[in-house]
Amino acid sequence: MNVRRILGGAVAAALLLAPPAAAQGFAGLGTTVEGYAEVVPGRTFSFPEDHGPHPEFRIEWWYVTATLADADGRSFGLQWTLFRQAMTPDGRDEGWASNQIWMGHAAATSAESHAHAELFARGGTGQAGAVAAPFSAWIDGWEMTSEEEAFSPLRLRAQGADFAYDLRLVTDVLPVLQGDRGFSLKSDQGQASYYFSQPAFTAEGTLTIDGATHQVTGQAWMDREFSSQPLADDQDGWDWFALRLSDDVDLMLYRLRHAEGDNYFSGNWIENGVSTLLPRGAVRLEPERWTEVAGREVPTHWRVSVPDRDVALSVTPLNAQSWMDTSFPYWEGPVRFEGSHSGVGFLEMTGY
Amino acid sequence: MSVRSRPLFAALLSHWRRRPGQLATLLIGLALATALWSGVQALNAQARSSYDDAATALAGVQAPMLLPEEGATMPERVFVELRRAGWPVSPLVEGSLEVDGVTLRVLGIDPVSLPSGVGLPLFNPDDASPAALFLGDGLTLVSTDTLAELGAAEGDAPVVPAGALPPLTLQDDLAPALAVMDIGAAQRLLGRSGEISALALGSDRSRIIAPMDAATDQMLTRSLPREDGDLAGLADSLHLCLTAFGFLSFTVGLFIVHSAVGLAFEQRRPVLRTLRALGVPRRRLAAALVLELAGFAVVAGLAGMALGYVFAALLLPDVAASLRGLYGADVPGELRLDWTWWLAGLAISLVGTLVASASSLAKVWRMPILAPALPEAWHGEERRWLRWQSVAAVTLLALAALLGLLGSGLYAGFAMMGALLIGAALLLPAVLAVALTLGARTAERPEATWFWADGRQQLSGLSFALMALLLALSVNVGVGAMVGSFRTTFLSWLDQRLAPEIFWNAPDEARAGEIRDWLTAQPGVREILSRGDAEVRFADAPTSVVGVSDAASLRASFPFLAAEADPWDRLSAGTAAFISEQLARREGLELGAAIEVPGDTGLASYTVAGIFADYGNPRGQIRIGLAEFRTLFPDVPVTAHSVRADPAQTAALVAEMRDRFALPAGRLIDQERLKAFSRAIFERTFVVTGALNTLTLAVAGVALLTSLLTLAETRLPQLAPLWALGLRRGRLARLELLRMVALAAITAVVALPLGLALAWVLVAIINVEAFGWRLPLYHFPRDWVVLYALALLTALAATALPAWRLAHMAPARLLKVFADER
Amino acid sequence: MLRVQDVRKSYVTPQGPVPVLAGVDLALGAGETLALTGESGSGKSTLLHLIAGLDSVDGGSIALGDRDIGALDEAGRAALRRTEVGLVFQQFNLIPSLSVEANLSFQARLADRYDAVWVQELAARLGLAELLQRYPEQLSGGQQQRVAIGRALAARPALLLADEPTGNLDEQASDAVMDLTADLVARTGCAFLMVTHSRDLAARLDRRVHLSNGKVQAVETPPGRAATG
Repeated sequence: MNVRRILGGAVAAALLLAPPAAAQGFAGLGTTVEGYAEVVPGRTFSFPEDHGPHPEFRIEWWYVTATLADADGRSFGLQWTLFRQAMTPDGRDEGWASNQIWMGHAAATSAESHAHAELFARGGTGQAGAVAAPFSAWIDGWEMTSEEEAFSPLRLRAQGADFAYDLRLVTDVLPVLQGDRGFSLKSDQGQASYYFSQPAFTAEGTLTIDGATHQVTGQAWMDREFSSQPLADDQDGWDWFALRLSDDVDLMLYRLRHAEGDNYFSGNWIENGVSTLLPRGAVRLEPERWTEVAGREVPTHWRVSVPDRDVALSVTPLNAQSWMDTSFPYWEGPVRFEGSHSGVGFLEMTGY
Repeated sequence: MSVRSRPLFAALLSHWRRRPGQLATLLIGLALATALWSGVQALNAQARSSYDDAATALAGVQAPMLLPEEGATMPERVFVELRRAGWPVSPLVEGSLEVDGVTLRVLGIDPVSLPSGVGLPLFNPDDASPAALFLGDGLTLVSTDTLAELGAAEGDAPVVPAGALPPLTLQDDLAPALAVMDIGAAQRLLGRSGEISALALGSDRSRIIAPMDAATDQMLTRSLPREDGDLAGLADSLHLCLTAFGFLSFTVGLFIVHSAVGLAFEQRRPVLRTLRALGVPRRRLAAALVLELAGFAVVAGLAGMALGYVFAALLLPDVAASLRGLYGADVPGELRLDWTWWLAGLAISLVGTLVASASSLAKVWRMPILAPALPEAWHGEERRWLRWQSVAAVTLLALAALLGLLGSGLYAGFAMMGALLIGAALLLPAVLAVALTLGARTAERPEATWFWADGRQQLSGLSFALMALLLALSVNVGVGAMVGSFRTTFLSWLDQRLAPEIFWNAPDEARAGEIRDWLTAQPGVREILSRGDAEVRFADAPTSVVGVSDAASLRASFPFLAAEADPWDRLSAGTAAFISEQLARREGLELGAAIEVPGDTGLASYTVAGIFADYGNPRGQIRIGLAEFRTLFPDVPVTAHSVRADPAQTAALVAEMRDRFALPAGRLIDQERLKAFSRAIFERTFVVTGALNTLTLAVAGVALLTSLLTLAETRLPQLAPLWALGLRRGRLARLELLRMVALAAITAVVALPLGLALAWVLVAIINVEAFGWRLPLYHFPRDWVVLYALALLTALAATALPAWRLAHMAPARLLKVFADER
Repeated sequence: MLRVQDVRKSYVTPQGPVPVLAGVDLALGAGETLALTGESGSGKSTLLHLIAGLDSVDGGSIALGDRDIGALDEAGRAALRRTEVGLVFQQFNLIPSLSVEANLSFQARLADRYDAVWVQELAARLGLAELLQRYPEQLSGGQQQRVAIGRALAARPALLLADEPTGNLDEQASDAVMDLTADLVARTGCAFLMVTHSRDLAARLDRRVHLSNGKVQAVETPPGRAATG
């Protein structure tokens, strides 16, 4: 999902361009798209090509979250994200003349703490980038790289001042298209992105946090999204959920908050590799409890329901203080849920 | 029994409604005192950042560097290889480029990966974003001087064979002849595509996943930022003195406030009495007065802060003290004042006001409800007051002397300065009284007798204004001497230190020999000096040992503070060493002392044949002959050199050396430009300090004026009888004028030694305590004469209005004094 | 000696001019003494100030000897005050910064008529000989007024003017001051004009002029004095 990650490119843009960014939408995502490729329904996706970058679009991201546990049953979460943003629509990407800016976010979460780091790089030199096959996406020493010719297995690693992780991700299913066959609508005004996911990785490796290194296993979820203007001017943030309901079923839901008027809800039901766009009005996301995080109130506990699919969940965070204090700050962390189903997933909330 | 506040305040405040002039006097006094303080503070902060900029410009990028072990450049891939291994490096490319006949040093950077805090003064506030450097046409950042030298305007894009420069953009505080641009543009213009000169190394090592030699096959050497600690140290010292100046200004302000508040209470004495008589409890009255004062302090404090800001902004014409500064936007090169500055200013105003009014409040507390039947017994009172104050003054002065003799440490130095100042100020009335008594002895004519005698009577009313004048004058003398000494010392130090036209540092000795040989053959080269640097532990502290050539130019200009006969011959012969002042002071070494220097090959003994000034250097230094140095430290390469050359050919020489030997900037420096630049930056502070000095004096003048204006009212009963006895109003006015000038003249005479003592404390005690070296104190008698004239002028200006009013006063007003039918 | 003819004076107030003197005539010969009495606001102090040259008349004339005070400029009037007139005020108005001795001789020195013997004699007669080095604030009211009288007479003026000289003194001190004044006036032979509201004091002088509403209402010679006058 990703609307959220929208932040990616946008952040880089806002950081490096005009300082009064974020004047429109969260992180400047509501700015105009002139000169960039447009997002229209009916695109044909092909792999492995679409694992690589799409520089004709303004923003793009590679986004991985993982819910993990060690042998003692302690829970952890991590995030690895690479954002790309074109600063101009001319598609230059050669040497220092490149118009691409890259940004990396990485974080590790335990019940007690949340550690994160942020990186920036210009395109064109090889300091950061992505290639489709054999797949690799990287910024400095952080990378997500296919071990061999095939996409899976992948090596995922990153480290910062107070955390590090190095995981092997394996999947045998194909990517699933989100929204309507990969066309993900973000508002009633037509803002949209191309969006696909790789929801069912198994993950295994090491994670260091709070000064201790843990052998961990669990599941990971990858989102890929690219677009040129994914948010409407009056949308100031979103709440996004990726929940693993069972071995066969994943649920992706999001809500885009409008400054005025009704919020925009959407989601996909992914069962045995088949993704179905949930009908309008089928998704209910209600904050249940707010927590003070980094000096602001954030809805860290939720009631999530999809009545048509007999889903009614109570979602709680592993660590309510999973705050990403990056250039554009947001909340992102692993969650647990109980109710009609029980399991784990990831929650991202921006614009608070 | 409760007292309602409204009528109480109404009664207190009604006084001001009837006498708006007095209220204005009080508020102006408070506001000016605050303005003085806040202005100095703002300037101080600004001066601090200017020096940082200067030091940065001299040193270039302030980060450790990775340089190619061989050659001037390395492939750009090294940057990517190290980044991928998690090293926080950022590429730099440097080179010289002739643009429209001017040789520029081009520095290409990658603003995205450049570690923060490298101190490059980049980006004007308007430029908003570092990405502007490479987006679109990009930018070429140059200083105003460089722009002028190029004869270009902002936005121009000069063309060189390799293409057009990105549009020129002004960037304050960049070094002269330096053009900063995006690395991509720099590579293109310098013909170095894919090459970089150096990698700046950031400090965040948390993401490193592979050692450097595993990450790249490029052989790299690390180099620390060039040490310009000397300049930074000198700047620190000047900054400390400016801080002291801020403190002094505040003291002046305190006296002004005291004077203003004292007069305000005096004027309302009858009202206060009446209020007490009507049943307002003493406690209540005092509380109301404190509240009223606090209100005034806040109002006047705010006005004063604004005024101080304006002063500071006016005094820094080349700094855009735009309103943005008020909102705390963190932009370099701009007068930046955050909310703590405002808060501190208000607090100072408030606390200062209350401290300064403590004695007045105490007076109200003790005031009897009924006025004494007889007029104030001023004569006895004055004597008691003078005696008490003189005792306090002498005690403080003794304390100052004691601190000077026995004290050690910076705080003792400051305490001494404070005791000296306040003590001298308190002593002033006694000195004036003695002078007036002496004057009265010489008086023959009754007018003259009255002239002197009445001066004494006025003393108590004017004493605080006069003390403020005294402090302002002595601060003027003191700071003038201090800054003047600084200027003289700094400029000559700069001349000595940067005397060689070119400084260069070869990567190794073989290359150094090559360059020396080439240079020797060049016309215009007069002398080549080699210098070896080693670090040893001497007397248990890190100490530099420097081997120097015996060169005519060094002999001519070496900054000896003390030397024995033939020091250079003995240095070359290997029997003598020179030590820096700091080392001499710290270890108590004198000329002729024997020292043992621990070399790599063993201990070597020398006689100290010279002690030299090494201003600003926190570290001790020992200088020995170059041959001795090579013997003692055979493994330390002698690669640092300076060249005395024909100034007319320096630029060409530097350019050719750059190209021929591929010396990166930082290893080859055109000293003349550096000198001009650092001189300009210091000169700016000197000018500002001068302006501030004048301002302090003007404020003291205003304090005198307001005191005189308020006193004029109470003086009428004393002047009217004289008029009745046959002295004309004009004559009386002239006498008043003359008396004030006489008082100012005596005050100025006292101010001179006080100011010199102050300067002495600053340079000989505070500076030595803080930095271990003593600034030579120079005197500027011509300034004293000017200042003396200024003091008289100040008094004349302050007295002019009250005197004029007296000369033109309607007889009816004078008659009122006698009219018992009032 | 002193001739006051049809003197008029009004003061300008926000409510318009207020006449204080509406044509006053008065004459005083050398050595004569005269008491000026009247209610508060009757203009007696104003008349005294005009005679002293402290203020100028609106109409009429005041002549002292052969000089018309009205025709003098400020410098002339100041010179007149220094040399010809001695002034004594209710508030004493000594110069607080000067010693008793300096106060005593001040006006005489100012007028360049200082006579050390005479000042010494004055001091002795006024009972100030022991107090010469003191300052005014260290004296009682009576003592201060005696200094003021001494100061006024030190220059041997032709005319001594006093405005309620005993107004701030108790009865005893008042009597002493009046006795001394009368004695000294007699010795110097100067004319003496005193403003007072006290009939008793007025009775001690040769003549009494009563002012009311800015005009002379009555001139009387006290009965006991008629014979000698």
